[in-house]
Amino acid sequence: MSAARDSQARRALSALRHDPPAVAGAVVLLALVVVGTAGRWLAPAGVNDVDVDQMLHPPSWAHPFGTDELGRDVLSRVLVAARVSLEVGVVSVGIALLVGAGIGLVAGYYRGWVDNVLMRGMDVLFAFPVLLLAVAIVAVLGPGLLTAMIAIGVVYTPIFARVTRAGVLSVREQVFVRAAVSIGASDLRIIRRHVLPNIAAPLIVQTSLSLAFAILSEAALSFLGLGIQPPAPAWGRMLFDGRGFVTEAWWLGFFPGAAIFLTVLAFNLVGDALRDVLDPRQLTLGEASRSTT
Amino acid sequence: MTDRPVLAVEELTVTLGTRSGSARAVAGVDWSVHPGRTLALVGESGSGKTMSVLAATGLAPRTARVTGRVRLLGEELTALDPRRRRQLRGRHVGFVFQDPMTSLNPVLTVGRQVTEACEEHLGMSRRQARDRAVELLELVGIPSAARRVDDHPHQFSGGMRQRVVIAMALACDPALLIADEPTTALDVTTQAQIVELVAGLQRRLGTAVVWITHDLGVVAGVADTVAVMYGGRIVEQGPVDAVFAAPGHPYTRALLAARPRPGGAGDDLPAIPGAPPSPLELPAGCAFWPRCPVRGDARCEHELPPLTPVGPDHRVRSFYRTGEDR
Amino acid sequence: MSRFVLRRLLQSAVVLLGVTLVVFLLLQLVPGDPVRVALGTRFDPQTYEALRTRAGLDRPLVAQYFSYVGRAVTGDLGVSFRSGQPVTRIVLERLPATLSLALTAVLIAVLVAFPLGVLAAVRSGSALDHAARVFSQFGVSVPDFWMGIMGILLFAGVLGWLPPSGYVPLTEDPAGWLAHVLLPAATVGLVTASILTRFIRSSVLEVLSADYVRTAEAKGLRTRVVVLRHVLRNALIPVITVVAVQLASLLGGVIVVEVLFAWPGIGRLTYDAVQARDYPVLQGAVLLVAALFLLMNLLVDILYARLDPRITAR
Repeated sequence: MSAARDSQARRALSALRHDPPAVAGAVVLLALVVVGTAGRWLAPAGVNDVDVDQMLHPPSWAHPFGTDELGRDVLSRVLVAARVSLEVGVVSVGIALLVGAGIGLVAGYYRGWVDNVLMRGMDVLFAFPVLLLAVAIVAVLGPGLLTAMIAIGVVYTPIFARVTRAGVLSVREQVFVRAAVSIGASDLRIIRRHVLPNIAAPLIVQTSLSLAFAILSEAALSFLGLGIQPPAPAWGRMLFDGRGFVTEAWWLGFFPGAAIFLTVLAFNLVGDALRDVLDPRQLTLGEASRSTT
Repeated sequence: MTDRPVLAVEELTVTLGTRSGSARAVAGVDWSVHPGRTLALVGESGSGKTMSVLAATGLAPRTARVTGRVRLLGEELTALDPRRRRQLRGRHVGFVFQDPMTSLNPVLTVGRQVTEACEEHLGMSRRQARDRAVELLELVGIPSAARRVDDHPHQFSGGMRQRVVIAMALACDPALLIADEPTTALDVTTQAQIVELVAGLQRRLGTAVVWITHDLGVVAGVADTVAVMYGGRIVEQGPVDAVFAAPGHPYTRALLAARPRPGGAGDDLPAIPGAPPSPLELPAGCAFWPRCPVRGDARCEHELPPLTPVGPDHRVRSFYRTGEDR
Repeated sequence: MSRFVLRRLLQSAVVLLGVTLVVFLLLQLVPGDPVRVALGTRFDPQTYEALRTRAGLDRPLVAQYFSYVGRAVTGDLGVSFRSGQPVTRIVLERLPATLSLALTAVLIAVLVAFPLGVLAAVRSGSALDHAARVFSQFGVSVPDFWMGIMGILLFAGVLGWLPPSGYVPLTEDPAGWLAHVLLPAATVGLVTASILTRFIRSSVLEVLSADYVRTAEAKGLRTRVVVLRHVLRNALIPVITVVAVQLASLLGGVIVVEVLFAWPGIGRLTYDAVQARDYPVLQGAVLLVAALFLLMNLLVDILYARLDPRITAR
């Protein structure tokens, strides 16, 4: 069984290597991780070094991405802000994955009224447009890094619950699981040994696609001033602050947005490639979950 | 069979470009069918029987490369532009595909589907086409056809749907009817009814029929001539009586032996051990060699046996024939 | 048919009840006293007590919830902590702006995605198909507010063709409305178009490989007839659902784009309510949007059943 899974993983990797967009996405992601961890040292200037003589300067050798309305170096702020985006993305999708997969597992495995109650609850969360619910949660809990993570995590939980439940339902009826039940294996053992390995593929795909959406949501929240609070730099917030100057200083609007775009694109490319390899039938659940902000 | 064939193919070859290389689905096939006659193309799935017919009529997938000569009512199809080929096909050839559940469009009424080709090829008006549809549905034995003409496919049973498909195939009075396993998806009683229906209509209308099947039992009842295909090639062809009386190829004999006996159960008996070859890697010699019960010698493995005459119009592609013609 | 509608209706009602519970609990989650938080420096004991009583905060939680639902059913969503005006009126006032933006955006999306998706599928593997895929990948990944800012930069800044932001009611000045709606609607519309393009392409591709399309080709119909009569009808049934769901989510107000373009719709209202900690307005907007969203989805399912004869038969 595990040998089969190894070869599946190897097949997936080799397929990914022959997919140029996926390779490009992976390279960008790698660069992002480097920037995310070492951004502070890579940045040519401090993120809050205000310089009133250098306000709204266009890109130059000294400031490749220009300076903002307070004379701060845009490149440095973009580099350092990468960390926030990645952190929020990873933590919130982690929350959604753990909670959602847990709920889906319990609902699909035990079925009956437990299933009913849990999944109706997920339906309720699904009834809100993604960003609206996130905004409402942050508004109530108070803006900040942690609440943004929680809000985005909650919003993406139902998708993971549905994907997991669907997988569990199909696995549960298979012969080897029924056999394990009949010889009296414990629920926990069956779930760990038989169910989890078989629903891993759709979950991996959903995770990578959700990372893209989560980062987009984080950017939207911070654009609305509901993400990490100033003076810490965040891409969305930089766009919000720069929007008033955009006709005079295009670089304020361009570079932070391009950073968001590249990050989301990279996650999407890798996610699509993973889906093609691991789970070709899972068509549009991820796409359907991307609603406009 | 002195008259001109309705459809004749010569040296027809179909190569499919797939992700894992090019596959020779049909490797040089000759057959023909005459007015009022029935040719049965017999073989397992993947033997190239369906692909040869689709390619001949210009319905092969876009990725396919088709070579050889195809004459429909005396016109060389391969020389025609796609538009003219399409018109000839629609006007003169009717198709009945395997699964009546999927070969009808779920959102159009059956009447519309049955005679839309008449609007295209015979210049009928919508009104005329609808009247013609009622007529055709009556012809194929659909009760209260005038009322059901506006129903949707899902309102019909499987057998009734296949009757609708047959009505559709006959809409423009075609010279040729191609029936691709038309009974496989149906239950046994309905199968017999459909076979009878087609045979009866053929007698009345004088249509030529190409009957594609994996079931030699059906062939005995409906065909005049039979061509057995294996691995993209014809391994035996001839008048149906001659082939049944003295099958010359080991594969034909195995198929005949595997035929469900009357009264026996089941319709799909895999009685020949092994699997057909992949069209991606056809062997140099006889394609049937790995499964052959005779297993002659090294020649079989490395050299392609020619299609040699063994009787009047009866040809066999094998170096070994135990059941000699009389 | 009617049983199907009834079942879906019941389902939606249950979910809607859950939605009211979530919306109700939002206020309870506010750390501290929401009225005190909302009033901030404008605190005065009389207003404070009046608002608390009006919001029912002085009663037990369960009683509060039931009276909240009870009043919501009659259209009473409480009063704004800020202006004291009825929330229902405040929210409904914003609906036309959001509606006109959402509909324009969906129109743009359909006009772009429909031909692009269909042609990409019919000529799959062609340069156009690749372009369509690049477009949809771009649209799914681009932050809409960034595209909006770039749009402002280009069309308002560099070219000076369109106003950078603002709103004119359609009923007052159609030309002015059009000038103002184009940028935000194109921003939202292109993102929506990218999702639609992808969906239409795969839906058409799937139908193209269906047996009944081969049947239609066998009849010798012209490619145009095959595509228009046999492929599109079937391929577009699921697409209509997606269009409607997208429209539903746009009706919920496109918060970020409305904020960016100073468009006074539901999204902008939500944002302002958040900034002002005007919780009843936030609750009202969220509840209305979720209810609209549910209603749209219900209508879509019923429409779907009408369009697909196979479902009607059940």
